[in-house]
Amino acid sequence: MSDTHQPSAAAGAADEHSLEDVRKHVRTYIIIGIALMAGTLLTVWASLIDFGSREYNIAIALLIASVKGFLVVGFFMHLISEKKMIYSVLVFTVFFFIALMFLTLWSMAHGSIIHIR
Amino acid sequence: MEIPYAVKPRPDTGLYNAKLGIWLFLASEVMLFGALFSSYILLRVNAEEGTWPHHWLNIWLGMTNTIVLILSSVTVVLSWASLKMGNFKRYKFYQGITLLCALAFLGIKSFEYHDKFMHYEVHLKDGRIADGHKQADSTDKILVLRGRYVADHKDLMEGEVHHEEEPRIEIPMDQIATMENYGPWHNTYTAIYFTLTGLHALHVIGGAIVIFFIWGPLAKVWHEDPERYTNRVEVSGLFWHFVDLVWIFLFPVLYLL
Repeated sequence: MSDTHQPSAAAGAADEHSLEDVRKHVRTYIIIGIALMAGTLLTVWASLIDFGSREYNIAIALLIASVKGFLVVGFFMHLISEKKMIYSVLVFTVFFFIALMFLTLWSMAHGSIIHIR
Repeated sequence: MEIPYAVKPRPDTGLYNAKLGIWLFLASEVMLFGALFSSYILLRVNAEEGTWPHHWLNIWLGMTNTIVLILSSVTVVLSWASLKMGNFKRYKFYQGITLLCALAFLGIKSFEYHDKFMHYEVHLKDGRIADGHKQADSTDKILVLRGRYVADHKDLMEGEVHHEEEPRIEIPMDQIATMENYGPWHNTYTAIYFTLTGLHALHVIGGAIVIFFIWGPLAKVWHEDPERYTNRVEVSGLFWHFVDLVWIFLFPVLYLL
């Protein structure tokens, strides 16, 4: 039994990823992987520098993490070229995620704080 | 009866069933981890001054684990691309590396957990506090630590401690008022640390089992229905990338800030 198939057998005719696209994307995946690793080193380096206050350090670390997250979701998970149906699902996720974070910040801004050890 | 759109995409959505299913599942996972992240923010912001620990975890181990997971994400997407190009052997090679990365990640995580479970904060009856790693030659009568004495509990909050470089402390058990290791019960930080990383580790284990099952026992499906097999690899890969994504945020939040 052969381990190889004609590529078209796996990449169906109606598939969104054409064979030529996949070949081109392989290089992109490797470049993104290297960028993610460089981003990790940058995160550690930035954490060792005092930017003036802990809040600035937190903001910079989360900014780098967000860029890395975008690279993973956008390119590895192909979200930048995904079908409209997926975006429709994720719009609700983003809405509820933001609402969740907003509720957290709102509850902190409106008292009822208990100090936790 | 054959289930429609199990392999071929639905004409109106352009998606096969499992792909829509995994994205719906990942949407629910975003909310699960989102709830835990919001809990972390709430706990951290409300912590009294000087009570939230910094740099209790080994940054270099955390960074190594981040790079291991990124490497595994690259090999997952390359394994899928290999199947798209009809190269099963290359897929097996890349996904084999993914599984090794998963094992490496869990191995490092286990080492970190073990370190925390061997780390003790000991309050003596005379008011002193000893902090260090329990040594193997401890007995029922004497606790042997490699660590230090501190005057106040808050002195323990800053900085990573390399107890292996510190002196041995021998404490008779009858002089100990209370002692507790750095498990999830130790304080709010260790509770949220173990909850977040434990849940994430369960996802790594679950993802690795699925990838292994497709890679090994299910490999015959490639020869019978390569498109179905490729779809399975894509769906498991989407889950794996999500696991990587969560860690990308966990690493700075827990290890660096």
